[in-house]
Amino acid sequence: MVATVGLEVRSGVESRTSTEAAPPVQAQEWKPKIVAFLCNWCSYAGADLAGGSRTKYPANVRIIRLPCSARIDPKLVLKSLEKEGVDGVIVSGCHPGDCHYTEGNYYARRRMLMFRRLMEFLGIDGKRVQMSWVSASEGAKWADVVAQVTEEIKALGPLHPQETANAADHQ
Amino acid sequence: MARIGVFICHCGKNIASTVDVERVAAQAAELPGVAFAADYRYMCSDPGQRLIAEAIEEHNLDRVVVAACSPSLHEPTFRGCIEDEGLNPYMLEIANIREQCSWVHDDREEATEKALELVNIARAKVARSHPLLRSTIPITKRALVIGGGISGIQAAIDVGLAGYEAVIVEREPSIGGRMAQFDKTFPTLDCAACILTPKMVTVARDKNIKIYTYAEVEEVTGYVGNYTARIRVRARSVDPDKCTGCGSCWQKCPKKVDSEFDQHLGDRTAIYIPFPQAVPRVPVIDRDNCIYFQRGKCRLCERACDVGAIDYEQEDQIIEEQFGAIIVATGFTLFDHSVYGEYGGGQYADVVTGLQFERLVNSCGPTEGKILRPSDGKPVKTVVFVQCVGSRDREKGMEYCSRLCCMYTAKHGLLFKEHNPDGEAYVFYIDIRAAGKNYEEFVRRAQEEFGVHYLRGRVSRIYEENGHLVVRGADTLAGMQVEIKADLVVLATGLIARDDAVEVARMLGIPYDQNRLFTEGHPKLAPVETVTSGVFLTGACQAPKDIPDTVATASAASAKALGLFSHDCLESEPMVAQIDPALCSDCRACVESCPFGAIEEIEWRDMMTRQMRTVAHVIESLCHGCGNCTVACRAGAPNLSGFSHEQVFAQVEAV
Repeated sequence: MVATVGLEVRSGVESRTSTEAAPPVQAQEWKPKIVAFLCNWCSYAGADLAGGSRTKYPANVRIIRLPCSARIDPKLVLKSLEKEGVDGVIVSGCHPGDCHYTEGNYYARRRMLMFRRLMEFLGIDGKRVQMSWVSASEGAKWADVVAQVTEEIKALGPLHPQETANAADHQ
Repeated sequence: MARIGVFICHCGKNIASTVDVERVAAQAAELPGVAFAADYRYMCSDPGQRLIAEAIEEHNLDRVVVAACSPSLHEPTFRGCIEDEGLNPYMLEIANIREQCSWVHDDREEATEKALELVNIARAKVARSHPLLRSTIPITKRALVIGGGISGIQAAIDVGLAGYEAVIVEREPSIGGRMAQFDKTFPTLDCAACILTPKMVTVARDKNIKIYTYAEVEEVTGYVGNYTARIRVRARSVDPDKCTGCGSCWQKCPKKVDSEFDQHLGDRTAIYIPFPQAVPRVPVIDRDNCIYFQRGKCRLCERACDVGAIDYEQEDQIIEEQFGAIIVATGFTLFDHSVYGEYGGGQYADVVTGLQFERLVNSCGPTEGKILRPSDGKPVKTVVFVQCVGSRDREKGMEYCSRLCCMYTAKHGLLFKEHNPDGEAYVFYIDIRAAGKNYEEFVRRAQEEFGVHYLRGRVSRIYEENGHLVVRGADTLAGMQVEIKADLVVLATGLIARDDAVEVARMLGIPYDQNRLFTEGHPKLAPVETVTSGVFLTGACQAPKDIPDTVATASAASAKALGLFSHDCLESEPMVAQIDPALCSDCRACVESCPFGAIEEIEWRDMMTRQMRTVAHVIESLCHGCGNCTVACRAGAPNLSGFSHEQVFAQVEAV
């Protein structure tokens, strides 16, 4: 439901290009962190509805509100992945056809499709950046998206395993 | 150096029960740039806002983070609060630690940690905020009312009464909408036409109100205060300026087709007015069914018309008008009961909908008010009403309760018994929901005074046998199966969104829910607003409503529009894009990606080369602030106030 909305997940290609190490053993204690870029009108309102309905979901996600998914600069996604401790990104906007600014989500979709190629090139698993359409009435869907992406990222392990291990040593 | 104040709200126990607010406040005080941090039980309350005001004064704060509920709720509140203290209202960020944290997580430790991070993300953003100035834009003081049912009529009357112009655009040849189809209204049993038609006349006579019937809004552009609507007025084939409404054309018309107004129980002619009290009383030619338009011969109506009003050459007219506010009154349609195979799947002529029953019992209806079976025209002695058809049904219908079927069924039962005191009326119901002034009393009256039999239970099957309908169902209170031989079955079909609701929502840029009903601004506090400012909702397009509620929301929506019109100028949202001309190479990527055509090209003197060159420039009044240009530009020349590159990258850094 999540990753495949409008984006082809080509798992075969990814598994060949992925250079990521297998999840380290200490991953049991490790909690992934996910940055979520949400458009103001649909997905942010959907997340608000999830809150209003007290729908529980994993606490791994940090939402950053933007006016439209078209404001989600791929550089922001890249910056997030670069950032130590961040393991994945969710990009979410209005359903196709429902954009508050008429067509912003189509731009976002195309940009994320391009971005996926860059990720392949970098050897980062495509599942670390997932796109979804969540409308203002889909609080439950937002909770599902977070739960599902969190699970998938957990299965992949930390994106910055060395740093995470160092951080654990210091504590 | 920024001097940030951080204010953590407990929201009673809504936040404080899951998040250790004291700890968040204590740790927030240590964050870079934070000069003061505090927590309080209700930050939005008067003392809470005073606390913020005093802290701004005392600690010389220049920007503020409020960690509380969603910005959709109280961002305007806190902006106003800091503005009163002399800060720019945009030097505020909200950390949403209620909807995004305390309400969706259970673990106190985890939630507290996350709340602190959300505060830090907001802090990082506000540290890079700049004061933004609102500019003013003029308001066109006219309201567009889409839909001419009771809700649109009431809204237009209220706008007109206040002395402003309203334009009703109605798709059908007459205003009146659904209410015109009803016979009587609950709980007073007022005749619907008797209370509606005077309003129709009022609205038609009001000099402030213009009505386009047989017309549709095709496109809406612009923004609050300055909408432009393109309206297609379909060709009536009758000149309204000449027509006197005498009726000789439709009396002569040889072509008979099913009447939509009579819910296909009666006939109309190809040139017709939908019902006798139609406003305007100007017929239309239904070109799909007109013999002349289909076969090129006939023209009987032209010969019958003494004033020469028939105009076969007439074409659709496209009108463009300016509006400051839009009131959406597009109404509802009925659930299609053909999905219920157990009720005959729409195959039995004598299984009708509630709205069809309205037409059967109406003295202007196809049977002139005699309740006759549609199949053979015989009088009805026994009638069975089935409630909740398409409502409260997750399997085949809508999950929601349509809210008025209980009441209209009680009314139908009562009207049937009034017409046929010797007849029998049975109602199958799940629950009776009669919440409203005098509603419960009305249902009691149907049961006790008129002797309508109420059976609590569902109907399992309806089938035809020897010219009768057999209704099988359960009476759960008596604990037995029942079988009733009926002449007529009336299904209380639920109310649903119109077929083209999604297209209308997209045209207006307003959200809709999983049932395609338009979404209000806030379910409790903004029931007639939408997230698109200047667009208001009334009536059943937002959710099923009965007439009193529809009229109430119509007046509410018009009050909102009038509130807008009471100002000469609007303050525009300053969160728009600007382009740094020094970085612009005029590649036009932003010009082409702007959904609103808000980017123009201007000549600009480059201070480096001291030469004029072409650069892109944002027309602020057209910019909606989506930010697409900021991403489209390779050089990063456009930036978006309120969501600037510096701000959003700092947010990511703070995660």
